[in-house]
Amino acid sequence: MNKHDFPALQLMENGKPLVYLDNAATTQHPRQVIEAITSYYEKDNANPYRGVYELGARATEAHERARRAVAEFIGAETEEIIFTQNTTESLNLLAYSYGMEFIEEGDEIALSVAEHHSNLVPWQRVAKAKGAKLCYLYPDENGHLTEDEIKTKIGSKTRLVAIAQVSNVLGLEAPVEQIVKRAREVGAVVVLDCAQSIPHMSVDVKALDVDFAAFSGHKLYGPMGIGVLYGKKELLEKMPPFLSGGDMISSVHEQSVTYAEVPRRFEAGTRNVGGEVGLEAAIKYIDSIGYEAIRSHEQDLMDYAIGKLSEIPYVTIYGEPTAKGRYGVISFNIEGVHPHDTASILDADGIAVRAGHHCAQPLMEYLKINSCCRASFAVYNTRENVDQLVNGIKNVRRCMGFGN
Amino acid sequence: MEINDLYNQIIIENSRADWNRHKVDNATVSLEGVNPSCGDDIILDLLIDNGIIEDAGFHGDGCAISRASASIMIDLVKGKTVEEAKELMNLFFGMVKGEITDEEKIQQLEEAAALQGVSRMPARVKCAVLAWHTLEEALGKNA
Repeated sequence: MNKHDFPALQLMENGKPLVYLDNAATTQHPRQVIEAITSYYEKDNANPYRGVYELGARATEAHERARRAVAEFIGAETEEIIFTQNTTESLNLLAYSYGMEFIEEGDEIALSVAEHHSNLVPWQRVAKAKGAKLCYLYPDENGHLTEDEIKTKIGSKTRLVAIAQVSNVLGLEAPVEQIVKRAREVGAVVVLDCAQSIPHMSVDVKALDVDFAAFSGHKLYGPMGIGVLYGKKELLEKMPPFLSGGDMISSVHEQSVTYAEVPRRFEAGTRNVGGEVGLEAAIKYIDSIGYEAIRSHEQDLMDYAIGKLSEIPYVTIYGEPTAKGRYGVISFNIEGVHPHDTASILDADGIAVRAGHHCAQPLMEYLKINSCCRASFAVYNTRENVDQLVNGIKNVRRCMGFGN
Repeated sequence: MEINDLYNQIIIENSRADWNRHKVDNATVSLEGVNPSCGDDIILDLLIDNGIIEDAGFHGDGCAISRASASIMIDLVKGKTVEEAKELMNLFFGMVKGEITDEEKIQQLEEAAALQGVSRMPARVKCAVLAWHTLEEALGKNA
């Protein structure tokens, strides 16, 4: 499916055709995205909002058109979309602007122990600076957050709930509806990390009724260096700027400044318009396939992969070994083999998987492992890729001297 | 490179070896080595008396390359003077970086020479040098 749109998928690695299974880290790019970026730099590049000349106007239009495309993509208003570098910057912007302004001593910030460091460390810093408390939600033995856990950990002191819609290690979907309902009962805002969900499922921020949402372009077939922060307009308007300088002001005097309206208040300095144009092209690419088709293709891959991997007695899968409610990611270990060795030996077969703690060390501690392997899938992966992974895993055991 | 060149018999056997995987009770220096990007974590214990490495051991979690490298390193430096250990250490760093290829020199590293293949796998160099960097730091402290 669509494999030929992706030049990088034609690569040979170690003499073998590349089997790219590290999509949760970053996806490869379709020609349509690469061409859109090239075309912007060849035909429309100038500094947006600066020049009064025609070329400058085209750059400004490219910048704002990309914002409109993102807004439509997630069901937001245009002025609720802030461009950042990536999910990490989106979440840092929130922590430093919203967190430092509105979290007070004695308040609680609730988050899952499965959060990626980028949705954990910024809140840890806010909690330290403001004297607030971090309260962790722990998944059950199947990797799911239960209603009980949500009720217990999100309470009257909770001011903010930070949660990933899909865990980058377990691949399981969080019960966002229940979390938002509970947050509303106690008057907390909800920050949704969509980095691992939006490549696989349609995200409608208004239907979910989350207060903030963040994602990266590069996990969504778009370029690196472009990310998005969504915020409800009434909340963004209360927030102080994060970075300050050029283009985020209304007027500046020697001793005073008034800031631009949202979202430009949060976009200091020259923007990554090439990245924005690439993200817009990636959204168009996704729309051209449609999330329903993406879901059904990836669901089939997940079913097939979980089935095949579960048959191997020396493979442990983390989180409930089911394809239901699982998006894109399967983390596993091979008995007696360290994940780095697994990844190196798979690499020799041209198979790219990630090994390590996946920027989720608190989850690793909770699972009582040091690290694991992660195979993650995208729209261009095939059942054949799963077979290659399974054969590769069998070769790992042979290579490490375990026989067959 | 064929993957079996990296995961050769010497590496596989040493990765499973347990004779050096222990704490040293009366260690004079004990130091933790961590690879922050992958979470590998070993603790190296050394008993240094009169400028001689009398005993050494390691424990913790690491991949086959880092475990084999640690165990081979301990076999190599035990009984040597701190100065001799430092020389071997620099020779090892030179080999895995691909800067030293002279076979005669590399033979001084005995079984550690089996890790030469790592020099062609930049992503795994950090695994091979984890114990050796920890040794470097430990000797610096004890010198």
